[in-house]
Amino acid sequence: MKITLAHGSGGVESAELVRCITRHFSNPILEKMEDAALLDGADQLAFTTDSFVVTPLFFRGGDIGRLCVCGTVNDLAVTGAVPKYLTCGFIIETGADTEALEKIAQSMADTAREAGVLLVAGDTKVIEGSGGVLINTAGVGFVPKGHALYAAGCRPGDAILVSGTLGDHHAAILSHRLSIENQIESDCAPLGSMTAALFAAGVRVRTMRDATRGGLATVCGELAKSCGHSFVLEETAIPVSPAVQSFAGLLGLDVLTMGNEGKLVAVVAAEDAQRALQIIRNSPYGENAAVIGHVEPAGREPQVLLRTSIGGLRVVPPLSGEGLPRIC
Amino acid sequence: MCVALPGRVVSVDGTLATVDFQGNTVRAEAGLVKTKPGDYVLVHAGCILQVLSQEDGDFMTELFAELEELS
Amino acid sequence: MRIEDPKSFLRNYAGPPLRLMEVCGTHTAEISRCGLPSLLPQSIQLISGPGCPVCVTVSAYIDRLIALAHTPDTTVLTFGDLMRVPGPAGSLAGAKAAGGRVEMVYSPLDALQLAQENPRHTYIFAAVGFETTAPVYARLLDRAAQEGLQNLKLLTALKTMPAAIRWLCQNGPGPNGFLAPGHVAVITGARVFRQLAGELGVPFVIAGFTPKGLLSAVAALAALAGQPACENCYPAAVTEEGNPAAQQAVSRWFMPCDSAWRGMGVIPASGLCLRPEHAVFNAGGAQLTEDAALNSACRCAEVLTGRLSPAQCPLFGKACMPLSPQGACMVSTEGSCYHHYINHRNEVPTL
Repeated sequence: MKITLAHGSGGVESAELVRCITRHFSNPILEKMEDAALLDGADQLAFTTDSFVVTPLFFRGGDIGRLCVCGTVNDLAVTGAVPKYLTCGFIIETGADTEALEKIAQSMADTAREAGVLLVAGDTKVIEGSGGVLINTAGVGFVPKGHALYAAGCRPGDAILVSGTLGDHHAAILSHRLSIENQIESDCAPLGSMTAALFAAGVRVRTMRDATRGGLATVCGELAKSCGHSFVLEETAIPVSPAVQSFAGLLGLDVLTMGNEGKLVAVVAAEDAQRALQIIRNSPYGENAAVIGHVEPAGREPQVLLRTSIGGLRVVPPLSGEGLPRIC
Repeated sequence: MCVALPGRVVSVDGTLATVDFQGNTVRAEAGLVKTKPGDYVLVHAGCILQVLSQEDGDFMTELFAELEELS
Repeated sequence: MRIEDPKSFLRNYAGPPLRLMEVCGTHTAEISRCGLPSLLPQSIQLISGPGCPVCVTVSAYIDRLIALAHTPDTTVLTFGDLMRVPGPAGSLAGAKAAGGRVEMVYSPLDALQLAQENPRHTYIFAAVGFETTAPVYARLLDRAAQEGLQNLKLLTALKTMPAAIRWLCQNGPGPNGFLAPGHVAVITGARVFRQLAGELGVPFVIAGFTPKGLLSAVAALAALAGQPACENCYPAAVTEEGNPAAQQAVSRWFMPCDSAWRGMGVIPASGLCLRPEHAVFNAGGAQLTEDAALNSACRCAEVLTGRLSPAQCPLFGKACMPLSPQGACMVSTEGSCYHHYINHRNEVPTL
């Protein structure tokens, strides 16, 4: 069935549309169908939102449904929170297919189950268009005492870790649009169990980020600015798959600024680095994790530096200029 | 703008070749060179500019080792 | 001569001060990317030359492309590099936002399919580039002619390196040596640079593009100690003769012409334009020589020729930054100002 403006009218068709999505999310809170979800609270809440406009909707390694759950769950997890509840808002263009919508909803439900979160409220709106689907999710997480993380907490000597290969999501999305054939898959994945494992083992985590748009370079730049120290990365230690490296070469992209959708960047106390590495490697989606650098006292200003494959040292700029196509 | 990358020819069909770059395959214009599957070639803007000489074996090994190292 | 350990050779270099120029924009980008300047002693300075096609393109060319993008039933096809270059009438990106028809492509050959699918629409390819890219345009025209396409034309701003390198050595203090553009040499052959070395009395080293390749090439250039020789450090791809088939394809379609370079003026026989018999594919370009600086204080011209370091331009880092470029050297991802700004090139980071 194709979506028409009638599905946005608030009448019978709207109810049908809502049912086609919510039937995948069934849980006691949602089933009450109140105007707002009523939830038990915690001492400290983490609360975030993100919108997803990726094209194509289905890509190798994921789809917009998995992406919109992972994106918000990961934003919660990296602040030290245990992700709990999500809401979702669908903006659906006329011409969209209900079959595709159901597939997206099913994927959201599966990913939410994997990530241990409940989808507790939602909304749909229909606009004129050509079959596109855009999704906003917002999420709440509970922050256990002492787990809250702030970028300002990084200190000279701390180790910088990344949970796996960089650039996969970016390359997977772009491959769909260009005449380059490969088997590169999006890394789109929820990272909550990885962050929880680090806390459970008592690793002294200074701060964490998920390296999405703008990539590792942009994340490290933000962290360096916040804490006032420089971040020094080792090019040869940064995990990148050969296929993604070559893909980046073909298009003139820099892997350091390519987007990811399931990559944790963690700054931990130097003495805990190896333990943190083992924990991440033993967590789902962390098998290719690596220690990729350390925090240094800043010179004139905090910056991100890269020790290159030939031993040179250069500044790593954040992504600037050209806006990226819709990759998330 | 003069970026050109080394890849390996997978197949040739007239003046078009399929070239593999470590798992990424693209179609490239092959009218300026004589090439066959297995050759290493240099591709610029969708066009094969040269078949890489494998005489300098050390150099080729180094070139590809370096590309691997970067990955 | 192959230097066993180029890194320590360069670190221990005790010869006279050297200003070495890489003329290829792709070399400029790769040198920054691998942090090569941080491995050089103070006495060796790498400067970027006029080898970024976008940077040396004159403003009249950009203006013409913009006018074409607003012409009915016409689409301008371009490499992404050219999109943001500002001219007096704005940029192609601006023209596109204002409803002009501009499409980015990765290969000139992508134009074939577009032209076949929409025979009543005219496609103008913004044919910029050096000897490396000229044969790709030649193959595009070979195939367009084979298929009888009438709706595909080139607006040419093709440039050739030797005349520009001569100009640099004859106008002001030339560099002490050149890293010769490896992918230009793939087409032209090493002999072109060997001739130049003898003629101009400076050393040339043909360099590849990997970090180690670049490191070796810079070391080889320093080791030549001013001898007017040409060494080929990219032997897997560069032969003495180059690619004869590519050279023939280029001369089938193009002939040498005078060409305008930003900041250098019109240099005789430094460009390529379509031969008169191929007028059906010609959208012009050769006559576009006017070059209006966007900002009268812009010193792109002197930066491009290595006479001024980017940081010495009064606009650098102030009015002129990657997000608000005043000149092409700050726009292009191969431009010397862009790299100076982004990577603090020559201002070696310390720990």
